Amino acid sequence: MRAGSRGFIVSALAVPVILYCVLVVSPYAQSFYISLTDWNGLSPQRNFVGLANYTRLVHDDVFWISLWHNVIAVVAIPVVTLALGLFFATMIRVGRYRARGGTLNVRGGAFYRVAYFFPHVLSIAVVGVLFANVYDPTPSGLLNGLLGVAEIDAVNWLGDKSTAYAAILAVIVWLSVGFYVVLFTSSMSVIPVELFEAARLDGATRWQTFWRLTLPLIWDTVQVAGVYLGIHALDMFAIVNVMSAAGGSGGPDNATQVLGNYLYLTAFSDSEFGYATAIGVALLLLTLLFAWVSLRLTRRERIEY
Amino acid sequence: MSLNAPSAPAVDEQNPAPRATPAGTRRAASGTATDRTLRGTALNVFTHGILLTWAAMVVLPLAWAVLSSFKTSDEVLASPWSLPATPRWENFVEAWTTAEIGRYFFNTAVVVTLGSALTLSMGALVAYVVARYSFRGNRAVYYLFVAGMTFPTFLAIVPLFFIARGLGLADSLIGLAIIYSVYSLPFAVFFLTAYFRTLPAALAEAAFIDGCGHWGTFLRIMLPVARPGLVSVGIFVVLGQWNQYLLPLILQSSPDKYVLTQGLANLAVSQGYAGNWSALFAGLTISILPVLVVYLSFQRQIQAGMVAGAIK
Repeated sequence: MRAGSRGFIVSALAVPVILYCVLVVSPYAQSFYISLTDWNGLSPQRNFVGLANYTRLVHDDVFWISLWHNVIAVVAIPVVTLALGLFFATMIRVGRYRARGGTLNVRGGAFYRVAYFFPHVLSIAVVGVLFANVYDPTPSGLLNGLLGVAEIDAVNWLGDKSTAYAAILAVIVWLSVGFYVVLFTSSMSVIPVELFEAARLDGATRWQTFWRLTLPLIWDTVQVAGVYLGIHALDMFAIVNVMSAAGGSGGPDNATQVLGNYLYLTAFSDSEFGYATAIGVALLLLTLLFAWVSLRLTRRERIEY
Repeated sequence: MSLNAPSAPAVDEQNPAPRATPAGTRRAASGTATDRTLRGTALNVFTHGILLTWAAMVVLPLAWAVLSSFKTSDEVLASPWSLPATPRWENFVEAWTTAEIGRYFFNTAVVVTLGSALTLSMGALVAYVVARYSFRGNRAVYYLFVAGMTFPTFLAIVPLFFIARGLGLADSLIGLAIIYSVYSLPFAVFFLTAYFRTLPAALAEAAFIDGCGHWGTFLRIMLPVARPGLVSVGIFVVLGQWNQYLLPLILQSSPDKYVLTQGLANLAVSQGYAGNWSALFAGLTISILPVLVVYLSFQRQIQAGMVAGAIK
């Protein structure tokens, strides 16, 4: 090893590693212990209560409602987003496949990719504030204004228990789709053109080409995308916190409550830090369980080309 | 886990394909030429119809917010379709000053500038050392950082709140910048390590022979060479920190230390009660436009890099 490299390595790593351990690693590590205490955050005293927070969790109705909402999000958001993303990507990518005899972007493909992707770079808080107004219950909201043109009565999207959560999920789909359109058009563009030509000569329809050729060849990407979407769907905190009724209550009547927001309220409104951290651990377990299950379910033969 | 260089999937989407197909292949395909042209046209109308519908669904809410920001509050309430009688630029002045959007904007700029500079300098150092030096614990350092990408920030917030308060990092712009920077480190280290591995070893060797020390080689040779990698990682770090919501919500308690996202969410609640819709839409527009400008200027790098980030 070159002279003085030990000194360089130590001096280069010291500050980042120390800051990272204090501010990132130690909070993660501490949270497991805090979840076993009755800490209220105000007094320095915290008593070890064993698994009491976890048994309380099991009997907490709001926890189960939130968990159920998270599960709905984890299934619905990836399925809808990936379906739309694949659909639009195929439209852009092979829109003129028959007419031109090759895979070529549809005219204006670059425009669609740029426009669709934009919401993805906006802050979820900004998107949340925007859509809280799009969903405004009076006809001055954009959506009810549109319904008004069709002479349909205004709907209280975020205030009605039956529509509130679906309205929030729709916003996440709205902002995510563009990202997957870009991702899928990129992965479709590396498939050799000869394969499409061969399929065309064999008389395959567009539908067959998609199911038998395109989808299997980009399956790895779709699979990773699904897991990634699901993990992000588990953290619905920002959008629920911004959009749900009465300043992030998860209302109306917990109709939009999710684990992230319930954790936040339990900690910073109710000062039950021990219990809140137990919710955090449950959320982590749910994340790991989801990643494991989805990788198992989507496992397939890998195709090389 | 495979390592992608940040620029890996930057595939050229405008690849030209042959416009005219040779007569031989034409005959091989079914139908006459006119048939296919007609079918192609019908397909294009259908395709564009659907693609344009989604484009409208994306653009309409954003355009509506910008349009509403030029209206009076009464006009906002009248109809989403009405045009402003006269464009009210004073809405922006009001949002910027009275509703404090200007202050939040300034706070965000300070935190993000400092935070991303810290992320890039620390990230580049760690990545360079991990990529170019072999020492005991090299892998351990790398995985320590990269593991941070897999944990939800949520789990950390309760202890982080107390640690930050104890260290005097809570409710401080500099403190928030430091916390942003360490939470962006996993991403930066992951991508920059892959990037430094791709740089030729001969460069560093030459620098050593010319008498550069380790720091000199890093600062004067390797950092300038790694500039494209630093730029693409930098774009994401800046966007990510600009849009951060959870961390400031927990750490910034006094309103004069709020960042833009937090201030805007707060404004949405308070202005909604106060009925001042035009200031709210102006605030929303102020929050969207800078991101739109950055996005349109760097959309190629942003799309390529974000896609690379998703498929780790």
